[in-house]
Amino acid sequence: MSATTPVAAAHGPVHGTEHEHPGPKTYAKIAIVLTVITAGEIWVFYIEQLKFLLVPVLSVLSAVKFALVAMFYMHLKFDHPVFTRLLLAGMVLALGTFLALLALFTWSHPLLKLLAG
Amino acid sequence: MTAASHAEHHHTSLGVDSRKLGMWALIASECLLFGSLIATYLIYRSQSVAGPSPAQILDIPVTSVSTFVLLMSSFSIVLALHGIQSGDIAAFRRYILLTALGGTVFLGFQTYEFTHFVQSGLGFSTNVFGSSFFMLTGTHGTHVAVGVIWLLSLYFSSVRGKLTEDAAIKVDTMALYWHFVDVIWIVIFTVVYLFVFV
Repeated sequence: MSATTPVAAAHGPVHGTEHEHPGPKTYAKIAIVLTVITAGEIWVFYIEQLKFLLVPVLSVLSAVKFALVAMFYMHLKFDHPVFTRLLLAGMVLALGTFLALLALFTWSHPLLKLLAG
Repeated sequence: MTAASHAEHHHTSLGVDSRKLGMWALIASECLLFGSLIATYLIYRSQSVAGPSPAQILDIPVTSVSTFVLLMSSFSIVLALHGIQSGDIAAFRRYILLTALGGTVFLGFQTYEFTHFVQSGLGFSTNVFGSSFFMLTGTHGTHVAVGVIWLLSLYFSSVRGKLTEDAAIKVDTMALYWHFVDVIWIVIFTVVYLFVFV
């Protein structure tokens, strides 16, 4: 097999709403940002004075990491918007299920017992 | 059939590849699976009547290292994808192997963690924390294992010269799966390990 195979030609942008994917330099920058955020998360975890901020700070940092991977590594920023809509639909359904389960089993336990007789 | 006509054969009416669309649909449905498992863990983690509890047993430094390894494997697979898209097969093979190695190292850390927990008295049926913890992280680990097998199959297909037609879209679809496994771990690491004292 040759060292180079022109396979990319058949897989360029196929739709007007798609754009060229970024190159290795952008990927490396994102990797550095992800590493710094992860280090920041662990640092925040061990700082006693920041314990009261743990949940909001870590939630925001992990959401930023999630968004960076989805936008740049999974190419949602550059690909057809239908992919973003599919992911958002799944996430909204997942969040709804998540909140419903928490509500059922934590907040309204006495009510459930009452309903069960 | 040429690569171009084969690719056209897989296009949907939206102009996107049906295999890529299928992978995104799978990812959307996997969000529901992991959302339910994370909720189950949060409900049960503090309801155990017997130990050990999460704060007694979870090892943050060790898991931080494995999290970093998994994050970096997401970086290496985009480099593998870039390699195949630009026709640099050598770079593709190098980075796809590096990604598989990252996944294997992550699984090694998980195996170490699980073994350590069992030796410390926390099994799958010890308490509800153990059941929900092993179910959540075990399901994720299974996804990583499937990903490693998929990565290696792409590598060996390339070595045997069978990865010529539609190679880029096959790697792109696999990369989406791998990134999803990574982003789900970002959430699991935060919720299970870093929220341990909350």
